[in-house]
Parts: sequence; C-alpha cells; structure tokens
Amino acid sequence: MNWEVVIGLETHAQLQTKSKIFSGSSIAFGAEPNVQANAVDIALPGVLPVLNREAVVCAIKFGLAVGATIAPRSVFARKNYFYPDLPKGYQISQFEIPVVQGGGLSIRVGAGDTATEKFVHLTRAHLEEDAGKSLHEDFHGKSGIDLNRAGTPLLEIVTEPDMRSSAEAVAYARALHALVQWIGICDGNMQEGSFRCDANVSVRRPGEPLGTRREIKNLNSFRFMQQAIDFEVQWQINEITEGRAIRQATVLFDPDTGETRSMRSKEDAHDYRYFPDPDLLPLEIGADWIAEVESGLPELPQAMQARFQAEYGLSAYDAAILTASRAMADYYVAAVAVAGGANGKAVANWIMGELAARLNKGDMDVAASPISAAQLAGLIQRIADNTISNNIAKKVFEALWNGEGKSADEIIEKQGLKQITDTGAIEALVDEVLAANQKSVEEFRAGKEKAFNALVGQAMKATKGKANPQQVTDLLRKKLGA
Amino acid sequence: MITYRARRFRQQTALFPSGSTLSTPLLAMSLSPEDISRIALLSRIELSPTELETTRDQLNGILGFIEQLQAVDTTGIEPMAHAVDVVQRLRPDVVTETDRRDDFQAVAPETEAGLYLVPRVVE
Repeated sequence: MNWEVVIGLETHAQLQTKSKIFSGSSIAFGAEPNVQANAVDIALPGVLPVLNREAVVCAIKFGLAVGATIAPRSVFARKNYFYPDLPKGYQISQFEIPVVQGGGLSIRVGAGDTATEKFVHLTRAHLEEDAGKSLHEDFHGKSGIDLNRAGTPLLEIVTEPDMRSSAEAVAYARALHALVQWIGICDGNMQEGSFRCDANVSVRRPGEPLGTRREIKNLNSFRFMQQAIDFEVQWQINEITEGRAIRQATVLFDPDTGETRSMRSKEDAHDYRYFPDPDLLPLEIGADWIAEVESGLPELPQAMQARFQAEYGLSAYDAAILTASRAMADYYVAAVAVAGGANGKAVANWIMGELAARLNKGDMDVAASPISAAQLAGLIQRIADNTISNNIAKKVFEALWNGEGKSADEIIEKQGLKQITDTGAIEALVDEVLAANQKSVEEFRAGKEKAFNALVGQAMKATKGKANPQQVTDLLRKKLGA
Repeated sequence: MITYRARRFRQQTALFPSGSTLSTPLLAMSLSPEDISRIALLSRIELSPTELETTRDQLNGILGFIEQLQAVDTTGIEPMAHAVDVVQRLRPDVVTETDRRDDFQAVAPETEAGLYLVPRVVE
C-alpha cells in the first residue's frame, strides 16, 4: 500500500530594511556583539516600539506578488515565552489578524520538459521581530547573549499543507527564495540566516485524514531540506508500520548524521498565550498605499515567463530557467535588448548552454559573469549575420571569457576569425581537397556516406574552420554531382 | 487556560436571547489549583501553597468582572484590539541609534567579550 506525504512549510524571511522593525538600531550583519542593540531591543523599562514603515512596505510587496489579500487592518500580538535571547519575555508578532492573508505560488517540480506545474496555497504571512542569539560556548558554565539580531524584521510565510514530496517542498522553497529576492524584500542569504524554513511533515494512507505531524526546525539549505524530509518520512512510515503511533513533536536535523531527532514533544510544547500588544495600535493599510507600492513592483517572474514564451518562442522550461533569479532575468532581458527579439531564442540557448556551463564550473552567479549581456549579444549578432559559424563562436566566447577583447567584433578582427563567405575562394579550396583525397571521393561514389563527412572535415580544416559549413557541404555535393 | 475557558463561556452565553441581562454570572467560572499552577509555571512565578490560593481567589475575582462584561450584548459591534480607535504611527526606515553598549552593560550582572552572560541554557 502506498503512503502519501503531506508537507507544509513556514519560512522566515529577513526583510531588507536598514533599521529594526520597532527601533532605530541598525540590522547590518557581522557587527560586534550588542553594539546594535538599543534600549528598545534590550527591553529596558519604559520603552515603546514604533513600527518601521519600510517593513510594512515589504509585506505589501510580498502580498501583491503572491496575489494575497492585504489586510486593511491588522493587529500585532505578544507571543509569550521565556528565553534569555528574548529580553522582553515575549516576541512581537501577529496572530489573529496577519497583514497578508491567502495567495499562493506556482512552482515547477522536476527538470526539463517533463516538469509539472503545481500551485501551493499560502495561509498567511505576518510581520514579526527576530530574537537575539545565544552562544553556548563555555563562558565558565554560562551562556553568552548577543542581542544585535533582536528586533530584526521578519516576514513569516506559512503555506497550506499542499506539498506531497520533498521535491515539491524544495521546489516551493526555491521559488519563494527567488521571489523574495526578485521583489527586493530579502537578500536570501541562507548562510547568514536571512531565509530559513521549518517543515511540517506527516504521512497517511491516501484518502485518510491528515496524520500527526512533526516539525523540522531551521532548515538553512535546500539540500538539507530534501535530506531531512526524506529521512523524516521514512522514519514515520517505519514507526507506523511497526505499530507505534507518531507523537507530535519538534525535531532538529543533524547534517552530520543525516537524521532528525526530537527536540521537544508536544507535552512540553510552549503555550504562547497570545494577546494583542497594547503598545502597538492596529496597522492600517489603505488602498492608495497598496496602489503606490504596486506601481513600484518589478515585472514578476510568472508574467515574464509568459512574455518570453509569447515574444521569443521559448519553451516553458527555458522561460522558467531564465526567470529563476532576478539576476538571470536581468541578464537575459539586457542581452535580448541588444541582440534583438528575433535572436531571443539564440540568446536563451547561449545563456543556458555555454554561459551556464562556464558559470557552474567556476561556481559563479550570472551577476558576476565576466562576459556582459551586451558582449554576449554582440557575439550572437555575428552568428546571426553569418560573420562567424557556431564553432568559431565558441572560440570567441572563450576569448571573451578570458578577457582577450572588449567585444566579439574586436576578437574576430584581431584573431582573423571572420567566416569565409567568398564562394570563389571556397570553391578553390574544395577543388584542392577533392584532388588531395581521391580515395574518399571514390569511396563516396561507391555509396559510403561516411566518406562525404570526411571530405567536409578536410575542407573545414583547410579553411581553419572559417568557412560556412553549410556552404562547404553544398559545394561539395554539387562538385560530386550528388 | 483562561482564553480557552473564556471562549467557551462566550459560546455558552451566546445561546441566550440577545438583550437578556444577568444580575448574577450565568456560569460561575473558576480556575482550579491546577490551572493556577500551570499559569504560574508559564509565567515563571513560584507560588507557595498559600500564595496559590490567594492568587486563585484574585484571578477568579477578575474573571467574575469579565463575566459581567461578556454578558453585555455586543451583536453587530465590531471587535476592537485596543480601547482607543487610533491607528499605528509609522517611523521612517532610518538608523537613529548609536552604540551605547558600555552604558547598558555597566548595569548588567555579568558580561564578557561584549556578551551578556546568563545561567547556561541549552535546549
């Protein structure tokens, strides 16, 4: 009998503001401990939180990007628990009325043209503050507390339990990761903890009610997410198969062992006793504010994919690859702007082929490509107007990558790579090749097609690859009367 | 828990026709000693058996007031999160604070390498 996996994700995206959500302290990463923690952040008596407008703008942008309802009025609440890195004894969050409600994200699962589309529904996204950091290295048997991170603005994005495999969960997390960077609300840096996911995982027999879930906390890489969910699913299936019921729990993933282990069970789960924060009044967002934010939003990945397919004849897969990140899409758009829409497909092929291969090899992002979009476009234009063949273009590409010239034109000129299109010159060459390779000619006449290819090869070699291969082929066939 | 019981109470009062006023609480809500112990644990407050009883009386007294409030018919009245009908003021996203770590840490019980030291906590 089959098992069905049910996954919901909660993601904390750190918002790209300059100051904290409720105070004027900086949120810059990597500062000395506690130098970016003011009286509000360390919860001195008598202080009052004041909401950062930009954090709200980020939430509105996100809500618009996922087609959600932006609550005209939302409420901040206190989530009460005791931990030394939470000096107030509560985290300011949103509970009953979050700022973003509903919406969803279209994802592609799998690779190539066999990939399937899926829509993941969002339950909500709410604004909240981050806690500080506890350092458990040995300080004479004590813990060290750094409150620089306390009060950093977060958007917690919660899905419905819509995902049915670790692959779907990762596809959603990747799509969300790309989107928050695309709209400029989060830098997506997972090492620094700017984007971290919790996965709620359960299994059931198809058609049965939802099983008991366990929550895997703090997944900070897509690879770990996949490993952790796969391990957890197998563990739950084994438990049930062996007659043990799953107990609701919070678990941690250990990358060293590849296993998940229970952190706390539901019995001692926190009872957060949420209530509206009397220090913060309801947040009101009018239609005019939403419209203003919307007018500043960039074209979204989905709209761009549809446009690329319609305008440049790209496949859904190609369009998805080229909009996987804002940097990639910017590069493609810039290259097409120079190369022309008619070359849209060729530009896509070069980016996803040659350029992607070189970038992957060097573990580089497209934003750091040594070949600019305009340079690549210049190269593609020379292929399109028959100045160079595809094979020579690869040489020019290498030269551009290695900084041997400022443009494709300069390299073609300097290295004498211009394609020979003069029919007379090619004809003379072809005659020479035929004369020098009588054996191949006879073999071809005897019906060996392979011999013909050898002749094309010889002719191309004689032109150092600069002849147009199609022209050479045509001429050879003509001369051989074939 | 208080919120849970209060909600259940509201559901029960809703069974009565609107407009009915009650001179005495409809349902004497009361917290058990176990409820008080649980609330004290969550609040990290240690209560002696005597204090537990005193606290129980006081909290039950407060719940009595809440019962009176909940007996009021609020049909058609929009719930409010705050007592005043004012909206949140927002501040521009500007860093206005300077480093005052030395001042803050001068009054902290123990610090080291810029960190506040607390009794060891490992979850």
